[in-house]
Amino acid sequence: MLLTALREFVLVSESGAPGQEIPRIDDPRFGIASGSKSRTVRRTWLDTFDWRLFRAGLTLELMAGRGTAELVLTGRDGERVVSTPTGDARIRWPCLIDQLPVGPLREQLAPVLGVRALLPVTRATSVLTELRAVNTDEKTIAVLALDRMRVAQQRHGEPPARLAVRPLRGYQAQATRLADAFEQAAGVVPSAASPFEAALAAVGRRAGDYTSKIDARLTGPMPAALALGLVLGSLFDTVEANLPGTIADIDTEFLHDLRVAVRRTRSALKAAGPVLPASVLRTYLPEFRWLGDLTTPTRDLDVYLLSYPSMAAKLLAATATELEPFLRFLQRQRAVAYRQLASGLRSARFRSLASRWRCDLEEITSAPGRRPAVGAFAGSRIMKAHERVLRSGRAISASSPPQALHDLRKRCKELRYLIEIFASLYDPAEQWRAVNELKALQDCLGEFQDTDIQASELRTFATAMMADHSAPAQTLLAMGEIAATLAARQRTARQEFAGRFADFASPRGRARVEALTRAAA
Amino acid sequence: MKVIATYNIKGGVGKTSTAVNIAYLAASQGYRALLWDLDPQAAASFLFRVRPKVKGGGKALIAGKRPVDDAIKATDFENLDLLPADFTYRHLDLHLDSERKSATRLRSLLTPLRRQYDLVVLDCPPSISLLSENVLHAADLLLVPLIPTTLSVRTLDQLTGFIDGFDGRRPEILAFFSMMDRRKRLHLRIAAELPAERKDVATAYIPALSAIERMSEQRTPVTAAAPRSQASRHYLELWQEARARAGLPPAQPTAD
Repeated sequence: MLLTALREFVLVSESGAPGQEIPRIDDPRFGIASGSKSRTVRRTWLDTFDWRLFRAGLTLELMAGRGTAELVLTGRDGERVVSTPTGDARIRWPCLIDQLPVGPLREQLAPVLGVRALLPVTRATSVLTELRAVNTDEKTIAVLALDRMRVAQQRHGEPPARLAVRPLRGYQAQATRLADAFEQAAGVVPSAASPFEAALAAVGRRAGDYTSKIDARLTGPMPAALALGLVLGSLFDTVEANLPGTIADIDTEFLHDLRVAVRRTRSALKAAGPVLPASVLRTYLPEFRWLGDLTTPTRDLDVYLLSYPSMAAKLLAATATELEPFLRFLQRQRAVAYRQLASGLRSARFRSLASRWRCDLEEITSAPGRRPAVGAFAGSRIMKAHERVLRSGRAISASSPPQALHDLRKRCKELRYLIEIFASLYDPAEQWRAVNELKALQDCLGEFQDTDIQASELRTFATAMMADHSAPAQTLLAMGEIAATLAARQRTARQEFAGRFADFASPRGRARVEALTRAAA
Repeated sequence: MKVIATYNIKGGVGKTSTAVNIAYLAASQGYRALLWDLDPQAAASFLFRVRPKVKGGGKALIAGKRPVDDAIKATDFENLDLLPADFTYRHLDLHLDSERKSATRLRSLLTPLRRQYDLVVLDCPPSISLLSENVLHAADLLLVPLIPTTLSVRTLDQLTGFIDGFDGRRPEILAFFSMMDRRKRLHLRIAAELPAERKDVATAYIPALSAIERMSEQRTPVTAAAPRSQASRHYLELWQEARARAGLPPAQPTAD
C-alpha cells in the first residue's frame, strides 16, 4: 500500500531554471531501481467561484487518462479523501451538486458546496513518471513520483518539475531518510505549494483570490473621501467579478453577491454626505438604485426556488406532486425575469455606468479632501445609524403595522452595511460582538418580511396561474397550505421581535457599538 | 475478508511457495491481500525482501501491545502486504498459552483487519501445536499440500479427524498434490484416484518444477516473474479452486 506523499520537492537546475530529471543522491543506503512507468494525465482543478473547497482545506481534481477519468478529492496534506471514476458520464462544467454522479464523493461535497456550482479553476497536462526507490535488500521502500506539468494558458513560466517521495506502508522511517538525502541534493528545493497552487501561480492566480468581503485596508487617520473611494472601488470589483457568472446564470450566488455589492454601494453613497462631491451622489445614487431594482425580480424568484424543496417537504395534507405545477410556474417566471436581468446587465446603460463610475472613483481617490478622517467619520455615521435603529424600534408596539417592521429592517441593514463598509478599521472580535445582536434582530425581521412578501407573492402567483389555466385545484390547495405555513412563520417572528429588539437596545449592546467606533476614531 | 492458511504437519512440502503465489495471484486480480508469515524460518518474508523483524516480537503482537496493523509492510506488488516473520515466533505457543481464549487468539487479532483486506493468507510453520490450532480456528479454508504418497493421505485423514472434533466453526479443507513428479507411477496413480474419490482434494496440482525452486534465488513469486510459465498456470488453477472453495466473490475488473 502506497501512502500519502511524505515530502514534495521542486526540481531546479543549477542556473535556477526548471529541472526535469530526478537528481542523484549520494547515499549508499538507497538506490533507484531500473524501469519506470509513465502516463500522461489531463488535469482539471475544480472549485466554486468563492473557493469553498479551498477554504475547507479540500482540493478537487478531475484526472483523465487513456479512456479513464476520475474525480479525486484530497485533504490538506494531500491525502485522498474520496475518489470516484466518472466512467462514461461526461460531466459538463460548471456543474451543480445534483449533476455529479451519486456516491460518496457527492455526499462529501454537498455540505461544502451548498448551492454553488463547481467551475474549472485551472487546467494542466502532466506526464507522471513513477520510479522505485530501493534499500540495500533491493526492497522498494518508496515510490518517487515525478510530475512534469504544462499548465494551460500559463503566463508566468512553466512550473518546475515536482518530485514526491511516497513511502510504502511500513517504510516511513527509511523513506524519511531518503527524503532527507534528496533535500541535501543539488537542484532540489522543498516545495511550499501543492501542484494545484503551482498550476494557479503559472496562470497568475492564487487560491482564495475572490471574496465577497470588501477588500480595502483603511486606517483611522485616512481621509474619508479616499477611504470611501477605496471601498466603492472594491465593491465595484465585486460587481464586475460576478457579472459574467450572473449573465451566464451559473448559480444563484453570483447574482446574490452582485446585488449585495450594489446595496453596500448605495449605503456607502448615502452615508458619504458632503465627503463626496454632490454631483457624484446625484448621478450615481439613481443609477445604483436602477441596478439594484434590475436584480430584484430574479433574486426574489431564486429565493422562492431555493426554498421550494423544503416547502414541498413540509406539506402535510397535499403531496409534493400536487405542488409541481407551481414549481414549473416559478421556473417559467424566473426564466422571464432572468432574460430581463441579463439584457439590463448587457445594456449600454450598464456599460456607461461602469466606465463613468471607474473614472469618477479614480478622481475621488487621486485628489481626496484631507478632512474628515475616516475613523471619526465612520464612528459618527455608525452611531447615527445605531440611533436611528433604536428610534424606529422603540416606536414599534404590538399594534404597529407590518410596514413599521419593514422600515426598521431597512435601518438595520444601513447600520450593518456601514459596519461592514468600514470593517477594516475595527478589531474583528469587537466587531463580532457588536454585530452579534444586530444579526439576531435582522434574522427575525428578515423572517417576518420574507414570509410577508412570499405570502403576498403567492397570492399573485395563484391569480396568474388561474388566469393562464396552469393551476389544477390540487395545486392551489397545496399552495394554500404553503400560505398557511408562511403565516405561522410570520406570526412566530412577530412574537420573537420584542425579545430580540430588547437584547439589541440594551445598554450593553449600545456600549459594544460605542467601544467599536471609539477604537478607530 | 476470508482467511486461507497453507498448512501441513510436515515441512518442505510447498506451503510457503503456495502461500506466496496464491497471495500474489489474489492481489494481481485486485483483491486486497495480506500474507502473514508465521514461520520463524521467515522464507516468505525473505522472498519478498522484507526484513524478518517485528517490533516487540511475537509476544507484543499476541498480547495486543503492538497492533497487528503497525507491523504490516507493503510488498513491491500492488494490493499485497506482508506481516513479516520474526525469530521470536518460535515461542508463539507460549505467548498464545498465556492469553485468555488461547485457541482463538489469532482469529481475534485478525478481526480489525476486516475493512482493509479481502483476503489474509497464513503461511504456517510445520507442526501440530497451539499455533496450529489457532490457525485452524482462524481459517476459512485450509490449503494442505500433500506429496502424493500413501502416508500423506493418512496425514490428511488425521487432520480431518482432528478438525471434525471442533465445536462450532470449522474450516473447509482443500488438499492438493504438491511437488508432483509425473515420472513416478505412484504419484500419477494417487493423483488420478484421490480427487475423484474425495471432495477435499483439489483437481489442481503443483508439479515439481525448477522454476518454483528458483523463486528463492530470484526473490519473487514465480507467478509474478513468469506469469505464462507452466508453474504459474498450475498455481492459477489452484488459486481458482481455492478462491471458490473459500467463498471469495469473483474479482471485479480493476479501473486500469
